[in-house]
Amino acid sequence: MSILKPDFIKPVAIGAVIFAALAFLPSLVDSYYMSLAISVVSFAVLATAWSMFSGPTRYISLATVVFFGIGAYTVAVLGEVLAFPLVLLCAGLAGTVVALLVGFSTLRLAGVYFVIFTFGLTELVRQVVSWYEVNVTREMGRYVFLDITQNDIYWQLLALFAVLLLTGFVLGRSRLGFALRIIGEDETVAKHCGIDVTRVKVALFVLSALFMTLTGAIIAPRWTYIDPVIAFNPMLSFQVVIMALLGGPRRLLGPLLGVIPLTLLFEVLTASFPNHFSILLGCVFMVIVYLLPGGVVGLYEKYRAPKKRTLSTDTETTRKSEEKTA
Amino acid sequence: MQISAKLRFATIAAATTALMSTATLFGANAQETYRIGYAISKTGPGAPGAATSTTPNYEMWVKEINDAGGLKVGGKQIPIEVVEYDDRSSSEEAVRAVERLINQDKVDFILSPWGTGLNLAVAPILDRAGYAHLAGTAVTDKAPQLAQRWKNSYWLLGTGEQYAVEMAEFLKGLKDAGKINDKVAMIAVADGFGIELSKAGRAALEERDFDLVYDKTYPLGSQDLATIVNDIKSLGADTFVAFSYPPGTLGLTEQSRVLGFNPKIFYAGVGTAFPLYKDRFGADAQGVVSLGGASETDPKIADYIARHVAFAGREPDRWASIVNWASLQSLHQAIERAGSTDREAVNAELAKGGFDTILGTYKPGDQNFWQVGQWQDGKFVGVAPTSMEGAHELVFPKPAWKAAN
Repeated sequence: MSILKPDFIKPVAIGAVIFAALAFLPSLVDSYYMSLAISVVSFAVLATAWSMFSGPTRYISLATVVFFGIGAYTVAVLGEVLAFPLVLLCAGLAGTVVALLVGFSTLRLAGVYFVIFTFGLTELVRQVVSWYEVNVTREMGRYVFLDITQNDIYWQLLALFAVLLLTGFVLGRSRLGFALRIIGEDETVAKHCGIDVTRVKVALFVLSALFMTLTGAIIAPRWTYIDPVIAFNPMLSFQVVIMALLGGPRRLLGPLLGVIPLTLLFEVLTASFPNHFSILLGCVFMVIVYLLPGGVVGLYEKYRAPKKRTLSTDTETTRKSEEKTA
Repeated sequence: MQISAKLRFATIAAATTALMSTATLFGANAQETYRIGYAISKTGPGAPGAATSTTPNYEMWVKEINDAGGLKVGGKQIPIEVVEYDDRSSSEEAVRAVERLINQDKVDFILSPWGTGLNLAVAPILDRAGYAHLAGTAVTDKAPQLAQRWKNSYWLLGTGEQYAVEMAEFLKGLKDAGKINDKVAMIAVADGFGIELSKAGRAALEERDFDLVYDKTYPLGSQDLATIVNDIKSLGADTFVAFSYPPGTLGLTEQSRVLGFNPKIFYAGVGTAFPLYKDRFGADAQGVVSLGGASETDPKIADYIARHVAFAGREPDRWASIVNWASLQSLHQAIERAGSTDREAVNAELAKGGFDTILGTYKPGDQNFWQVGQWQDGKFVGVAPTSMEGAHELVFPKPAWKAAN
């Protein structure tokens, strides 16, 4: 294992310093900027978790909100019964179980079929939860009264993001990460190398889903009231995909480069043009797809570091998938 | 696709300029105004409801006050300035918009968003920042607890239970008079509102010895309910109760009309009291029962409806709009009574109540409005609680559908 080599320690140390500094943000700014920060960090976790699976495998998943919603719902159901860390644990378990089921049943699907399935899954889960609430509990809409402040939510999300980046960093240098990259380049080759393709994909899908579920669970106390329409809002899945693609899903920090500008842009558009938000957003997406087909990371690699990698194919695939989702 | 470097540069430059110019819009101007802020669903699933019950009232209220020179505060006339956002029917957006109104825009008062979910999402933030919350479009069985939890919050439409119980009580009166049999067919939309009311309605009806011969839910957004109507038609129930949302309400009425299902009591849910119901069904609206109602013979209500038509080009609905308007009138009087724009002084006045509104003497949160109403000769009038002044006699039995072809 290469854990103690300097090229591991240095980035981790830098990251630790940055995160420690970020933890002091609440004492510097008012609660409006804190709510903006929560938005940035939560999308950062979601987009990075999404890219962790979708970047190397190139599966476009629209199931982000499924796991996010499962997390939020777990808190709504158990929030007042168990201590919050235990609730998070249960949420993580629930997300893992669903991700395993979904993973094993669908990761043999390829291309657009997988996209459609994940999108349909959102509706399926939403309807199942609605059915259960209507017919079993006879209580649609749940209340989450927890004494969790905005700052608590921010710190939890920040910690989650730190764990996620560390996981991604370790993964990138592990055998599993290497196997994934081979699968992403060519699945047939990967099989011939003796890689159990399905198991590797499922493992990563579950890992990515776990972080999404925890994000939903951490955010839920902010909303006070949760019903299936609120928890499983498909817009979220699309936003995450677009942010990750703008940043560049094939680098660990790539999605972050999409999350920060887009979250701020959404904020400026909402605040300044409340009546024209949707049309301006559409224009922004077109600009991204036509002018930045490889994402911000792609742009950087193109002008700064012309390494001998399979850059052109990267760009092509990203652009194609962007067109599909846009 | 090939894009020339020039075009690329021009686009990026244009985008940057646009962004920078919006940033300068944030600059505040320090003219003396009373700043009212609200985030409302202009897009998304909540948009139609917000545009019916909430937005026209907010806009009309601001315009009427400003046309009169502004709020009269301590011998001065202060105009109202509005800061509005679109919450896109999302809890997260609503939370953020309200944080922005409080911390960035520093508004003096925040009006409520539309719907139960969004009102609950913003309630703790408003409470923490010391803002009063006139939740105008939330129906929740937790209303009394919520009012205690957040002491400056007012849950204007009350609980789902109260509508269901009042309806059951009213039906009991008819049953005891031998006018209807004890069979009731009940359906509900599978959403917070429908589930809450049907749960309360089920208990209230069974307690009053009614026999629920049909008790099912239908999915949100569904309009084709012909199969349900067909099932119910043969069950021999004199009373049909639907705790439905607007699309279902319109669909049910249409399909009952086509299939000739005409029970003695036809109760439909949200949307029945909307003016569009009358526009769509004309004379066939006669006798349909629902929640809400307005004393249209009351000159204050009649005047309000006329002003609403002049302002928005359409009538207000006969339930939430009226209550919302009464709460806005209360706010207006609370500010003038406080004689200052100080938030705590205004909140204290709001809590005292005793405002002169279209609902008579009113304190936000009072449930002194109609719980059961009926379309009678083109007007949606109140029929229960029967103890209330101006209660109309029920048109009974519901007349046959006229335009069944």
